[in-house]
Amino acid sequence: MRESLPPFQALLDRHAGEVLAVLRGAVGRVDADDCFQETFLAALRAYPKLERDDNLRGWLMTIAHRKAVDHHRAKGRRPLPVEEVEEVADARADLPEPDSGVWTRVGALPPKQRAAVTLRFAGDLPHAEIAAALGCSPDAARRSLHEGIKRLRKELA
Amino acid sequence: MREGQLKERFAERAADEGLVDVAYTSADSPFGPLLLAATRRGIVRIGLPTQDGDELLAELAERVSPRVLEAPARLDGARRELDLYFEGGLRDFDLPLDWRLSRDFRRRALRAVARIPYGKTRTYAQVATSAGNGRAVRAAGSACGSNPIPIVVPCHRVLRTGGGLGGYGGGLPMKEALLELEGALRPD
Repeated sequence: MRESLPPFQALLDRHAGEVLAVLRGAVGRVDADDCFQETFLAALRAYPKLERDDNLRGWLMTIAHRKAVDHHRAKGRRPLPVEEVEEVADARADLPEPDSGVWTRVGALPPKQRAAVTLRFAGDLPHAEIAAALGCSPDAARRSLHEGIKRLRKELA
Repeated sequence: MREGQLKERFAERAADEGLVDVAYTSADSPFGPLLLAATRRGIVRIGLPTQDGDELLAELAERVSPRVLEAPARLDGARRELDLYFEGGLRDFDLPLDWRLSRDFRRRALRAVARIPYGKTRTYAQVATSAGNGRAVRAAGSACGSNPIPIVVPCHRVLRTGGGLGGYGGGLPMKEALLELEGALRPD
């Protein structure tokens, strides 16, 4: 018999902060509010049908990522104004200094690299979970991440 | 928007979209915080101050649905009636109840308990008889002991034959205080 799922509220309490941080990194502070609602509503809809509860966090991050991608598609644009990025940095102490401009550059990366970098550094996801979130193999996720970081290094050098 | 606001808004939207299978909130009482939980059918669980809230929510997630959210709006009516009751201003609760956590004899026993009038007491033996099996006194006692909806289903009104207080999930002082509030404890 499978382990039973924890109350959804526990999931919300545990992960709301980091989901919000990832979304702010991906779509900017203002639009992150809507993506946050969409993410948790989608998660709540699907929740009782989950088979496993061993990686709820990765599952949530996957949904958050998809909502961010949907959001970009709907808006038909790639983000991110500088002011919003600064506030994201405020929200999480371990993110790069706001004036470093890193997140502005992250926002300008090709979608897959941007997603991989955001999930790795704002979401703190391991490669396997980034792969799951992007719907690709772990190797491909590693490559996207690597390419993204290489490009950022070059631009910031 | 801040994280707290986002979470509150999420609970409202989830409720609007019919996605909250178990809504809960906590409510003050003279005995300490109560945990109130309701499905769309009605009140399904009341946690007494002595009981562990997290454990109780985990049990609801397992037995009812994991879609358990802190969504106070559905409990507004229950909270209001309980407040009045504790002030001595309400005798009969008028709240929809969801009995799904009790089955078979236990449910019949607790439905019998729910019919005991305000300020009156019954014995475990009488509850057993009302539930259809006068010999199941022990089972009536354990039904009261496992009552998922205490206070509203007034298991505090059930005493031992001979007048002993019996037991209470919230502790005997609470049982005694509730009976006193209702004027059910007459001095000898």
